[in-house]
Amino acid sequence: MEHFPILSFITFFPIVGMIIVLFLPKTRTTLIKGLTVFVTGIQVVAAAVILSLYDYTLGGINDPSTFQFIEKFRWIEIEGFAWLGTIKIDYFLGIDGLSVPMLLLTAIVTFIAAISSWSIDKSVKGYFAMFLLLDTGMMGVFVALDFFLFYVFWELMLLPMYFLIGIWGGPRREYAAIKFFLYTLLGSIFILLVMIGLYFSAQETLADGTKVFTFNILALMDTANYSEIGILSPLNPANLRFIAYLALFIGFAIKIPMFPFHTWLPDAHVEAPTAISVILAGILLKMGTYGILRFSYPIFPDITHQLIWYIALFGMINIIYGALCAMAQKDFKKLIAYSSVSHMGFVMLGMASLNSIGIAGAILQMFNHGTITAMLFLLVGVIYDRAHIRDLDAFGGLANQMPVFTGFTTVAFFAAIGLPGLSAFISEAFVFVGAFGYEPIRALAIISTLGILLGAGYMLWTLQRVFLGSLKEKWNTLPDLTFREYAMLIPLTLIIIFLGVYPSAMLDLMNSSVNQIVRFMDDAKILYGSLGIF
Amino acid sequence: MDLNLSYLFESLYLIKPEIVISIALVLVVTVDLFFSKDTPIKKKNLLAYISLAGTVAAAYFVIEQFGITAFAFAVSGSKGMMVVDAFGAFFKLLILLSTFLVIYFSIRSREITEGSDRLGEYYTLLLGMVLGMMFLVSSSDLILIYVSLELVSLSSYVLAGFTKHSLRNSEASLKYVIYGGVSSGIMLFGISILYGLTGSTNLYEINSLIQPASINNLALLLSGLMIFTGIGFKISAAPFHFWTPDVYEGSPLPFTAFLSVASKAAGFALLIRFIKITFIQSVDTIGNWHLLTLIDWQTFLIVLSILTMTLGNFAALWQSNMKRLLAYSSIAHAGYILLGLVVMTNQGLIAMLIYFAIYALMNLGAFFVVILIENRIQSEELDDYKGLGYTSPVLAASLAIFMISLIGLPPTAGFIAKLYIFIALIDVDMVMAAFIALLNTVVSLYYYIKVLKNIYLVRPETEPPAIAVTPFNLVILVVLLIPVLLFGVYFTPLVNFATNSITLLGF
Repeated sequence: MEHFPILSFITFFPIVGMIIVLFLPKTRTTLIKGLTVFVTGIQVVAAAVILSLYDYTLGGINDPSTFQFIEKFRWIEIEGFAWLGTIKIDYFLGIDGLSVPMLLLTAIVTFIAAISSWSIDKSVKGYFAMFLLLDTGMMGVFVALDFFLFYVFWELMLLPMYFLIGIWGGPRREYAAIKFFLYTLLGSIFILLVMIGLYFSAQETLADGTKVFTFNILALMDTANYSEIGILSPLNPANLRFIAYLALFIGFAIKIPMFPFHTWLPDAHVEAPTAISVILAGILLKMGTYGILRFSYPIFPDITHQLIWYIALFGMINIIYGALCAMAQKDFKKLIAYSSVSHMGFVMLGMASLNSIGIAGAILQMFNHGTITAMLFLLVGVIYDRAHIRDLDAFGGLANQMPVFTGFTTVAFFAAIGLPGLSAFISEAFVFVGAFGYEPIRALAIISTLGILLGAGYMLWTLQRVFLGSLKEKWNTLPDLTFREYAMLIPLTLIIIFLGVYPSAMLDLMNSSVNQIVRFMDDAKILYGSLGIF
Repeated sequence: MDLNLSYLFESLYLIKPEIVISIALVLVVTVDLFFSKDTPIKKKNLLAYISLAGTVAAAYFVIEQFGITAFAFAVSGSKGMMVVDAFGAFFKLLILLSTFLVIYFSIRSREITEGSDRLGEYYTLLLGMVLGMMFLVSSSDLILIYVSLELVSLSSYVLAGFTKHSLRNSEASLKYVIYGGVSSGIMLFGISILYGLTGSTNLYEINSLIQPASINNLALLLSGLMIFTGIGFKISAAPFHFWTPDVYEGSPLPFTAFLSVASKAAGFALLIRFIKITFIQSVDTIGNWHLLTLIDWQTFLIVLSILTMTLGNFAALWQSNMKRLLAYSSIAHAGYILLGLVVMTNQGLIAMLIYFAIYALMNLGAFFVVILIENRIQSEELDDYKGLGYTSPVLAASLAIFMISLIGLPPTAGFIAKLYIFIALIDVDMVMAAFIALLNTVVSLYYYIKVLKNIYLVRPETEPPAIAVTPFNLVILVVLLIPVLLFGVYFTPLVNFATNSITLLGF
């Protein structure tokens, strides 16, 4: 531990901010808002520092020595009796090419959401305290390398999210908040069960040669650490790995959200305040796919290979079903919510291709979707703030009244469609190239391309309904963008365009890790084959 | 009977905590005689202070007892009536801790202080109950078990009806007496059958007498189940839980808190000791218990615990009264705790102790907030809690933390409690039971979060009054909050404490 613990800093700095906010008098609303923006701004700076120091050549994934910015302390150490040995839980943080894009995304989107929260005027203190707590949970999820620690961060997000939707949300906020909470907690219990099961299946060898049960996910990826009696051990003939994999997958799939576990998403999105929709779509959904890549793939490579076709299938269903649902929506926000379902399907399809290009496309799509949807929700927020309705048919001809707004929206919509020159084009293209390259899922990939067409359909139709045509009388007083809205939209637009023309900036970042995970999955196929599992 | 006098004195040394409580009890009765009906409440609180001092002194002696493992009051040639061991000390400490807090709650509670002309009775009976519970957790003889159980029960029947004024209150007391009377009668019947079968009332002797398995299996099963009825009543395990919501609702709040923690703790301690001492064959080196196969306790308990938690959780969904909600929640928690016994390992026992310690803290904390709110708005209806988060932020936030801990979400201690139970279950491959318990947790989220919903999400037309928290109350609140939060992220000390407390005399 020679270096500055920057990952702990970026994770826990918001908690410090939260404590300060809690001690400020509640009348000092500007100070509270300013402080939150400052804290999240510092996070962006810290993320930039991490990026500048990050070594692009190291792979990570399952190799502890190639993780970067590692912080590892013994957190819990309980000397047990004979029957349990010692319980050791590490405070173990570290990042690789899989987590760095997510860390950047979290920092940027949270910062923008903090600016967007400036318009909150109800119980300001409570809102920003919860916002900062949520921030810590999100960062923690992406940097934790110990399953127990990961789970704590994962659950830490639920409560602030419940309050943020439930107190500051729309008319049906109570229903949406509890639905979100129940769904995600249901997912969490599956993850918890698998976590405990894995704990009893593998033993890590410590420096002094003793073997202990472990929550360390890197140790859980190594077949050599499993004993024959372990309940989830691949060596155990009557093992429950298949069921455990499904449980873990469902736990993450609820977050993505994968069909048929997606029904919480439209409700939560429609009722949540703008900034929280931004965070929900921009960051929280990525945790599902991140979890699958970080946990399901490397810990259960055998089952992943068995079920890969189904992952692609559900990816395809998400793409088509989400797009069709989006097309049927009349509510602007619900439309964006369903488009998220569709776009997260691309991530799943890319992951299922199991080759470098597909997985790189999936991770890039996670990042791009994060920025694009964040922007879309901000744009919906802009119109809702002014008109107080989100009904698509109520508008028309806004292009003349709000030209700048229309310009930004067009960029975001075209990005979402996947127009060349904008970021999502690259990631979707990669996903399809990857998926075509993997024989078993080629047919699914072909059907999925339909999603692009449908996407263009509903996006353009929306553009037409809202911005083209003749302006309705009552909207001719709507003002165009304010300074604060520029401040939120310009950075996102720049990122979208930049990654559209120069995607290597992001691809190089994740390249080593993507190769590492692909190599790992291929090796695992041979290894498990030699164990007689296939 | 040849009682050795010096041995008797030795035994007396072993029950120092119980003696201290008895002295405090006598003091309360005596001092109360000096008060007239019109003595101001301030002076009458002296009774509470005596009781507080008694519990502190008793706790000191209990701590001293850690590490001692001995029989007490053995008639020559037989095992003792009572055992002193770390397991008993753990529960005694837990009981004393909750007694201390409940006495403090009582001082602050409107319901109790309004009946100030009978404060003497209140504290006398409370201490009597404590005395009974302390004997209960360390008795190893069926006679002593029954006598101390009755001491606990009879005191609690009266305390449940302490406020007298309300109909609800009398109903609670009456219900409690009837249910309690029946179940203790059944238990006594069971005890007599067991005595008839073995010719002994001592658990250790019964254990060695039923080892040869020449016992009538059916009769033994019957007596075991009958005795369980009495214990199940105390821990409000389904299907012996019907009294719980009504009695909890009708009793004064501090006493409800006491019932839900201390009384349950004593019941669980008794259950563990009864099963582990009477029916054990051996404990192997890795801590698995091998019970005599005469009664299939494991199957019986697993059904019961799942039934208990499911009934408790689902019934709680429909509650709109805070007391009833907490009553059903305490039933559900009894179900989770029973799962720790189901696994029949030392690991499970550790999990139970951890769960109990944490449950005591978070439940007492929740009750304390409810008491403080009740003092001001004189209601425990959830509807009256609406908007409290904005007028009384400190109380509301504390209640929120206790509720989150009761759900079992990290980073609160409630998560650790559940985690250990699940670890114990999965360690013995009882994945299905763990899964059902986890599903139950999701169900429980709904009603706990309902409390938070009313506090924070709903803004009523008329704002509820702001409830001020006095410095003393704040201190107690913080004292309860700190472990609930701290044990959630750093639970080493608690686990070590529990691990060192599972030593039962004999096995």
